[in-house]
Amino acid sequence: MAGKRLPDDSMTPRLLFLEGMRRGLPVILTAGPFGALFGALSIDAGMNVTETVLMSATIFAGASQLVGLNLFGQHIPAWIIVLSIFAVNFRHILYSASVGRHIRHWSWLRQAIGFFFLVDPSYAETERRVEQGEDIQFSWYMGLSFIVYVGWVGLTWLGAILGNFLEDSHIWGIDFMLPIYFMGLLMGFRRRSFWLPVVVVSAATSILASETIGSPWHVSIGAAAGILLAVLFSPSGKDKEPEDFESAEGQRKPQTGGG
Amino acid sequence: MSTALIVILGGAIVTYLTRIGGHLVLTRFERVHPRVQAGLDAVPAAVLTTLVAPAVLEGGPNEWAAFVIAVLAGLRVSIIWMVVIGTLSLIVLRQLTG
Repeated sequence: MAGKRLPDDSMTPRLLFLEGMRRGLPVILTAGPFGALFGALSIDAGMNVTETVLMSATIFAGASQLVGLNLFGQHIPAWIIVLSIFAVNFRHILYSASVGRHIRHWSWLRQAIGFFFLVDPSYAETERRVEQGEDIQFSWYMGLSFIVYVGWVGLTWLGAILGNFLEDSHIWGIDFMLPIYFMGLLMGFRRRSFWLPVVVVSAATSILASETIGSPWHVSIGAAAGILLAVLFSPSGKDKEPEDFESAEGQRKPQTGGG
Repeated sequence: MSTALIVILGGAIVTYLTRIGGHLVLTRFERVHPRVQAGLDAVPAAVLTTLVAPAVLEGGPNEWAAFVIAVLAGLRVSIIWMVVIGTLSLIVLRQLTG
């Protein structure tokens, strides 16, 4: 490829790994505090330090971990919590489809390992590297993933240790941190078409459901109402030929900071 | 097995499925119907809204004020600062109204 830089060919796996780590540093500085927040909150929600660290190490997806934790604290059945985690992480399917095209030259085992570490910022960094005409080498990708993963799990552990010392979570406003955080994530999508109608309908439906049927059903019912509204009435869903998948996904801005 | 362990392992399995699933499944289809695409685009906003709206409504004047401050801050600053500003506001408000 003409756009490819020459030094690329002379780079050893070790140098590529270090270069990947360097790209991961700003990621862990911005996403890290949420790892610590998750650790601190999980103690408040009734998990112990081991469970907390295990959750960060195996799920490795910040927003969904906080959603799961929020529902866990409300003593909601496990299968509904797992379903909610799935719903929040559903966006990974699009990252996976996109990144998969760039790592076809990896062995299947490397691909299987690589996909485990596919979080929002590593998706963004990978797409950025492709945009610059570089290959996605396994060493580079694992360097990036290594620092983000170790940082995330390590900060979760620190947060959990700290959370053990916070006796009264009400004084410190910890009980209201999650709604604010989720609102922040929600606002991150506000430029997406049909955002406001979906939010209004999901808000009204979830409030109605939580007042009548009660928790946990307000989550699935409220979300279903908003999604159904978008399927039926979103302007991007009609008057057009079916879109090419790649161009549709090119408009998607990856969320950063949520982990 | 404890509920926590079921949530953690179940969550880990479904999350890994989303990460490898797109590559395994979606790449087999060249096109996604625009209505399905519109629905998929709405998933994060719809799910997150249900986690915010009832929780905010359940709060009192202190929580509502802190929430408004956080949203206004969120228009200008990053999400981590939004959480910091909102939480600090709530701490102060709760101290004042005791």
